[in-house]
Amino acid sequence: MSRALELSRVEFAYPDGRVALRGVDLVVDRGERVAILGPNGAGKTTLALHLNGIFRATGGRISVAGMELTDTNLREIRGMVGLVFQDPNDQLFMPSVREDVAFGPANMGLSGEELDNCVSAALELVDGTEFADRPPHHLSGGEKRRAALATVLAMEPEIVVFDEPSSGLDPAGRRDLISTLHTLRMTQLVITHDVSLALELCPRSVIMNEGQVVADGKTSELLADATLLAENRLELPFGLSIG
Amino acid sequence: MVLAMHAPDGFLNPGTAVVTAVISMVVVGFSLRQARAQLSERAIPLAGIAAAFVFAAQMFNFPVASGTTGHLLGGALVAILLGPSVGTVVVTIVVVVQALVFADGGLTALGYNVLNMAVVTSYGGYAVFRLLRKVFPSTTGGVVGATGLAAWASVVMAAVAFSIEWLFGATAPIPFDQVFTAMVGVHSLIGIGEALVSAIAVGAVLAARPDLVFGARDLDRAQLEESRLPRTRTFVIGGVLVALLFATVVSQFAVDNPDGLEAVAVDKGFIDSGSDSAMAGSIFADYATEGISNETVSLAVAGIVGTIVTLAVAGGIFLALRERRGRSPAPV
Amino acid sequence: MGAGHAHALYVHEHSPFHRLVPEVKIAAAVGMITCVAITPRQEVWAFALYAVIVMVLITISRVSPLFVLARLAAVAPFVVFALFIPFIGTGDTTTLWGIELSIDGLWATWNIIIKAVLGASISIVLTATTEVPDIIRGLGVLRVPALFTSIATFMIRYLELITEELGRMRVAMTARGYDPRWLYQARPIATSAGAMFVRSYERGERIHSAMLARGFTGEMPIFDRRRAGPVEWASAALLVSVFAVVALLAFTTS
Repeated sequence: MSRALELSRVEFAYPDGRVALRGVDLVVDRGERVAILGPNGAGKTTLALHLNGIFRATGGRISVAGMELTDTNLREIRGMVGLVFQDPNDQLFMPSVREDVAFGPANMGLSGEELDNCVSAALELVDGTEFADRPPHHLSGGEKRRAALATVLAMEPEIVVFDEPSSGLDPAGRRDLISTLHTLRMTQLVITHDVSLALELCPRSVIMNEGQVVADGKTSELLADATLLAENRLELPFGLSIG
Repeated sequence: MVLAMHAPDGFLNPGTAVVTAVISMVVVGFSLRQARAQLSERAIPLAGIAAAFVFAAQMFNFPVASGTTGHLLGGALVAILLGPSVGTVVVTIVVVVQALVFADGGLTALGYNVLNMAVVTSYGGYAVFRLLRKVFPSTTGGVVGATGLAAWASVVMAAVAFSIEWLFGATAPIPFDQVFTAMVGVHSLIGIGEALVSAIAVGAVLAARPDLVFGARDLDRAQLEESRLPRTRTFVIGGVLVALLFATVVSQFAVDNPDGLEAVAVDKGFIDSGSDSAMAGSIFADYATEGISNETVSLAVAGIVGTIVTLAVAGGIFLALRERRGRSPAPV
Repeated sequence: MGAGHAHALYVHEHSPFHRLVPEVKIAAAVGMITCVAITPRQEVWAFALYAVIVMVLITISRVSPLFVLARLAAVAPFVVFALFIPFIGTGDTTTLWGIELSIDGLWATWNIIIKAVLGASISIVLTATTEVPDIIRGLGVLRVPALFTSIATFMIRYLELITEELGRMRVAMTARGYDPRWLYQARPIATSAGAMFVRSYERGERIHSAMLARGFTGEMPIFDRRRAGPVEWASAALLVSVFAVVALLAFTTS
């Protein structure tokens, strides 16, 4: 299966009737890096929460690495789709970073030495071994982000979805983030407002608005289309021009 | 006396410590099971956050009178927001951690500290809340009013519970009626603060996310829109006056019955002044009679209030048993 | 009545007590305090012995006695209350400097103060040598239900965050000229408490999502932890039995 992700006419409405997704179609191949852009309220985060079954679609189909998402295989799907949340505090809920990183694989059944190795490897990937035994509230913002990423990488997912990974980071932290993301081999979806991050990291971009995909193509081409950007409340950073 | 809520080790006798510990363990064990049934696997993050909220809220003092501050207990508030079983669990954890980590309350005193601060306030407060909900209009204002009164009642009931425990397990020669008067009188006033903070807080939650209020989940959209209890200010002033009246009545309880020390002083004074034994006898006799009636009244009062509090707590537990799952506000 | 930050109570040292596994320390502390609490108050010698042992414990733990004294402030209100008892207590009295004092009351004062101080001191040694998450883990080993300890662990993890957020709310209010002095001015505090609850709840829901995303099904995974060996349990038992012997002697001689 070379398809990491396949969404077909995915619809979602909240219990109170509010429609969040109106038929989303999306296909992502293995190893791709795709940015998901769009205004606030477009449904980007809602979509992300469908990819690991936290929200269940009210219409359409979702397949991860060829496996269709159903009620019975949620655990397996969650092992394959890693989600890095916007606020790392929401993901670091254990007394120490090490236990947080171990949480995922432990739920998947790992224990003992196997678990320890998994944890150490994930910490290495984010350069986090130094703060591994500290409680999460003693970490800086950048360290928290790295720790949160490690908790997801420890599950060795097929796909990692990032929700606003660069928000709140200073330029140096942002640079670290970009280089870390460059080293990761798995398929990546990056939800972001940071248009230059998308440009630097993701060859392909998808623009969402009002619960639908309105554009899907090469990042550089999409961002060169001024009308498209304006329609979707997007903007190039001052001084940046493309083409 | 006010601080008899985080009593240290040995404050009450071992028998009382053991009995209250057993009661607390049974009830908290039950509450844990109920909380799990109600929240399923959301129990840990939600109750954990609620406990952090209560702990943090208790750290902030609010002014009660010029120069004095009080702080929130929270049992009734959490019971109304998340259900009485969750409320009991949450406050128990706060109390236990305060004892274990801050030496705020003795480890061997946890039996009565948990019983008073977590069990009585949550289940008792919730029972009063439900009773009032039946009487008050089914609107936001009704819920807020019921919350305020229930929160006040929860604090008073906790004070009553402590006084009853003192009746059985006192380690100091202060009679029940004095303790009862002081505790319940003072807490009738402190309860006003708890009432106001709880009512306003629930009002704020109802305004933002009405689906989060366990005690109001029966209200539909139209009822939620009705935000004002008719003549709110009158209601609040009325409530405060009732509380003050209650406090005054309770404090009269001791004044009308000469306390032990006073009577002994009369006795001693009389003996010092060397009057003849016949008169001494009659004064003695008077004291003895008053003493007995004092005791009888004390026991009667203890019996009545003890029964009321027990009924309230039992009522809360019964209600918790009947309610299985709360409405789930977010998609899983 | 919370008092300060949790990590301020843990004293970073390397003592035999710091190395002990938490469940052993908790069990020993509870055992010792129970013995103290049931000792008849008139056997003053017993309490003197207890006090000596507690001071030895403090020395072994390498915690400064001044630190313990400062932490004992938690029982100060009850000490103050206890001091009033002889003046208002009933029963036979004695006269001291012209003032009538209840004899039973004087004994009650002694009883309350000594047991509160000894109990709290032992508790403080426990806290000073054990980090809070470890204390909770120790409770779990001692068969406290997993749901209870998991919730407690979460509470501790998020306590600082929530306190900060509440603090920030207050700063924001003060910045807008709000300075509460009377109860009726408590309204903004209470409203922000309500708003805080909603924010906390929503955070709780997000955390729940994050837990689900990492395979959570309702039970927290148990991580292998060093368990106490027979030596550690034996030394704890020895310590508690010393207290128990004293208590027993006190009972028999009273």
